[in-house]
Amino acid sequence: MPEDVNLETYNADALTEDLADAVTDLHTPAPKAAPSPAPRVETQQDLSAEIKAIGEAYAEAVKNGAPQETQPRLDFAPYRSSILRHPTKSLHHADPETIELHSPAFGHQDVHALESDLTIQHNGEPQGERIIVAGRVLDGDGRPVAGQLVEIWQANSSGRYIHKRDQHPAPLDPNFTGVGRCITGPDGSYRFVTIKPGAYPWKNHLNAWRPAHIHFSLFGTDFTQRIVTQMYFPGDQLFPLDPIYQSIVDQDARDRLVASYDHDLTEPEWALGYNWDIVLTGSKRTWTENEALGAEGDDDE
Amino acid sequence: MSKLIATPGQTVGPFYGYALPYEKDRELLAPGALDSIRLQGTVYDGAGHPIPDAILEIWQPDSEGNIVSRTGSLVRDGYTFTGWGRCAVGNSGVYTFTTVNPGPTKPGAAAFISVAVFARGLMNRLFTRIYLPENEEALAKDPLLSSLDPERRKTLIARRDADGGLTFDIRLQGEGETVFLDFEGTGTGDAAQ
Repeated sequence: MPEDVNLETYNADALTEDLADAVTDLHTPAPKAAPSPAPRVETQQDLSAEIKAIGEAYAEAVKNGAPQETQPRLDFAPYRSSILRHPTKSLHHADPETIELHSPAFGHQDVHALESDLTIQHNGEPQGERIIVAGRVLDGDGRPVAGQLVEIWQANSSGRYIHKRDQHPAPLDPNFTGVGRCITGPDGSYRFVTIKPGAYPWKNHLNAWRPAHIHFSLFGTDFTQRIVTQMYFPGDQLFPLDPIYQSIVDQDARDRLVASYDHDLTEPEWALGYNWDIVLTGSKRTWTENEALGAEGDDDE
Repeated sequence: MSKLIATPGQTVGPFYGYALPYEKDRELLAPGALDSIRLQGTVYDGAGHPIPDAILEIWQPDSEGNIVSRTGSLVRDGYTFTGWGRCAVGNSGVYTFTTVNPGPTKPGAAAFISVAVFARGLMNRLFTRIYLPENEEALAKDPLLSSLDPERRKTLIARRDADGGLTFDIRLQGEGETVFLDFEGTGTGDAAQ
């Protein structure tokens, strides 16, 4: 975890969304007589129509007996950057073998306890609404995933990522980096103190805004359970407009990414609490008693 | 215990660069250490262009085929082999790990490295395997490889470089599309309902 943020060192490899050039700069006055019409900029209406059509086709399919989907579609054209980045062949079934039935081990050598508090990484208090995000990591059989690594990253309260390529005109916060880690407890629990992220504008289409979200990276007991996802906040008005959230076409599945406000987690005169449990796929391994009790992955063993 | 439905994945997005990479993330062994090899490759999109914003993880047994369960991947001490590493590709889509040739985890089994692929524009992570090219007999008996036609099978077998390293390109789409794996048996990789 960097003590001081040096923007120049941040991953210059990652680019902002592809279609940057296609979006009109609203601050540039239009020329008096355009020599040739500019290519039409895609609007939210265009994207919403595509999202709606996909959603309706899915609802119809389910009505006709298709199974409910639980994961995002890899092929989801409204997220334009996915068009050339999804496999066209269906995923090939494999029975997980040996190494895939185990997971890398992380422990307290890897992660300091203070890394779960994103509000104390600098000299001062970050701006914004302080929140607590807590929950449990479970496997598909409801077993707690104990002693495993959870990583998060997010925008600051004004929706700005501390990343060289995020150049949108919202302020950086010198007291907020937006990166946290923790190791889950014996009951699979995790807990972060952070700042509620702002909505984030991107360039998928004109006037595209991401709902406020926190990126989560999770490991299970099997490498096959590895997942990276995003947690959202309840009641966000941007949900229906967002091609990334909507890439999960099933409402029940989408709801699984939305935290609930939890007054029991809220601390008086300090921070609002949000609860979010994460369920990984089922472990395919035959379990020993110690593992089932959550002993795995802890340095202190 | 009741079966729970898995939480959906989402794209890693464009801004993982200040969060997921860390010092020596791609060095399962110190470069130049005895038995260390370079594992490298390029990640391509469906137009054949390198992807500059993908991040890969590898997870593998040691050279004897032992699966290690040691902490210390995030804060490497330079000596402990943890079997796991992470590498964000560079501007030209190239990744480089320093690791060892994995050993077979069972006598006669084909040795491979497990891989998870994340990228901006990729909605959910993908899994694949990097097989070592040498043991033809073991490769011929491998259950996954034998379930693939020769063209697709090729995409999972690394090339041995002159310096003893391995090259393994990943093609998310199109000609030579890498075989990506579904461990859930549903054809889509989704957990069963």
